[in-house]
Amino acid sequence: MANNGQATNDQAQTLFEKIWDRHVVVAEPDNPSVLYIDLHLVHEVTSPQAFTGLREKGLPVRRPDKTVATMDHGIPTTPPHIPISDELVIRQIGQLEKNCEEFGIPLHGLTSPNRGIVHVIGPELGLTQPGMTIVCGDSHTSTHGAFGALAFGIGTSEIEHVLATQCLLQVKPRTYAVRVEGTLPRGVSAKDIILNLISRIGVGGGTGHVFEYMGSTIRGLSMEERMTICNMSIEGGARAGMVAPDDTTIEYVAGRPFAPQGQAWEEAVAGWRQLPSGEKAVFDKEITIDAAKLEPMITYGTNPGMGMYISERIPDPDQVKDVSERQTLAKALQYMGLRPGQSLIGQKVDVVFLGSCTNSRLTDLRLAAALMKGHQVAEGLRMMVVPGSQQVKQQAETEGLDKIFKEAGADWRESGCSMCIAMNGDQLEPGQYAISTSNRNFEGRQGKGGRTFLASPLTAVATAIKGQITDVRTMLG
Amino acid sequence: MEKFTTLTAKMVSIPTGNIDTDQIIPARFLKVTDKKGLGDNLFYDWRYEADGSPKEEFILNTDQGKQAKILVAGDNFGCGSSREHAPWAIMGFGFRAVISTSFADIFRNNSLKLGLLPVAVDKETHFQLLSLIEEEPATQVTIDLENQILQLPDGRRVNFPIDNFSKTCILNGVDQLGYLQSHAAAVAAYEETNPDRVNTLAG
Repeated sequence: MANNGQATNDQAQTLFEKIWDRHVVVAEPDNPSVLYIDLHLVHEVTSPQAFTGLREKGLPVRRPDKTVATMDHGIPTTPPHIPISDELVIRQIGQLEKNCEEFGIPLHGLTSPNRGIVHVIGPELGLTQPGMTIVCGDSHTSTHGAFGALAFGIGTSEIEHVLATQCLLQVKPRTYAVRVEGTLPRGVSAKDIILNLISRIGVGGGTGHVFEYMGSTIRGLSMEERMTICNMSIEGGARAGMVAPDDTTIEYVAGRPFAPQGQAWEEAVAGWRQLPSGEKAVFDKEITIDAAKLEPMITYGTNPGMGMYISERIPDPDQVKDVSERQTLAKALQYMGLRPGQSLIGQKVDVVFLGSCTNSRLTDLRLAAALMKGHQVAEGLRMMVVPGSQQVKQQAETEGLDKIFKEAGADWRESGCSMCIAMNGDQLEPGQYAISTSNRNFEGRQGKGGRTFLASPLTAVATAIKGQITDVRTMLG
Repeated sequence: MEKFTTLTAKMVSIPTGNIDTDQIIPARFLKVTDKKGLGDNLFYDWRYEADGSPKEEFILNTDQGKQAKILVAGDNFGCGSSREHAPWAIMGFGFRAVISTSFADIFRNNSLKLGLLPVAVDKETHFQLLSLIEEEPATQVTIDLENQILQLPDGRRVNFPIDNFSKTCILNGVDQLGYLQSHAAAVAAYEETNPDRVNTLAG
């Protein structure tokens, strides 16, 4: 169908621009564009007030068939026979059940085998597909960009907009190419790539932009590794991060419950093949990361940009020129109870958290279990392993991964957001140190007064075994 | 949507950079199904002792804090979680505008939908405001949305950016949903020519 004009245009467009253009319903000068949304993911915490808004205005949900709900943030990860004790959580999930029932929205509820963290189940069920626009009232919606979708987090007012109209008002963001080239050294993983990017550009570095991750390293990553990277785009300030769809993407989506079938599949794939950025596409900003030079990353501060190679030493606020940055770093180190110039290798931790929408998928658990096998969690240290979904849990148990963790002395849990958000009973005590595979080390994020080091699953397991922050490369022989 | 035209008010500063929405309102306060009372929990972990008593020295617990309608905060304000509870809490406390050098995208979007005005200024103006607040806590500034001007006590007028659409909505106190609804026919036409990509009810 493409004539020469379109082909030329295609060559000059980025992946983001192609998807954006295909979803603009109305573009009036001076107003933001009306953007069509293909898939709206809903969870219990950010949606109740949006449904209330619909009721007050007497509006239906325009497209319940493009909407899907689950519960993840507030759900305890304790065994299913233990009833939920938090009255507020009970009320919030009851409200979601009622809202889904009343508005005809499919819900993967408490007892569903498909329940899980919203950003784990979307891809798992084949709901997440290349070329789509996907939104959710959760900033880590950027995860779905790994499929070559435009996916971003929205607020509750916007949730109401999408429920009512299947559209959003959006000002077109700019584009930011993140090229990662070369072979990752042993012990260095997708998590280290994204933590490195954020440490370089800062937590506001991507504001107003959409990242496109590209280059030989990204092409070589599995879908689950790409999801880890896209997941944390928001921690670099970008609402969305994307990877162009390729054979890896198509192989992953094929045969999943909500993926197209038969002729529709062939047509969909042909369309997805047209999505990658053209050779003449120009980005507003670019950065290149040399994968071969990367080391395992660890954060030392209270935002994900305060990260360094595990072999490095904590920076000194006195060396920071900008007054505001200096104060922010000093405040962070004070909260963390850490000193400038200190190495984090050997730092004691109290808790190891393996989970969250960043690193709780099957390949994360396999990698972690392989390192854990034959070792014990160090004495006095608590390790929690929280699969991202009930399906991930089931599959991990089929493979015997749960046994490896349990025999090592780790706590094997039901799925959920768990200690990444600490509003479900899983949390740190004041002053405790945790090494976490999650995405945020903000003050109190994992529990009031808790102190978080963000790292990869491999670094987390190495630390669990040694009882102190450990460079995993020393354990890989 | 709360209407905003001009505001002359006292300010209060929390100059820390990269204040995330977990600080603005910790996750444990998100177990609500309405928007009421969130102002009481604004900056909870910075504002209260472990026993729940207010930290006297924390700025929002002082008379100055209670009187202020403008919050002056550090760079990249509102980063992190998409929770709209953050601007709900800020407005619930009594603020109508936040001044910073920059805002996180989602926080900015959420605020514009509610009528909480994010006012982005250059570093020099920001520094001047912080100094003013320190030297003369009762200082008032005027924010004129129509003309997109922040007027300082020395008479200096500083322009701030806002898209015309959000500005019109906030000046008139009109919810953005109405504009989307007015394009229902265009949305229906779009749906006719663009096949559905997924059917969540089919599984």
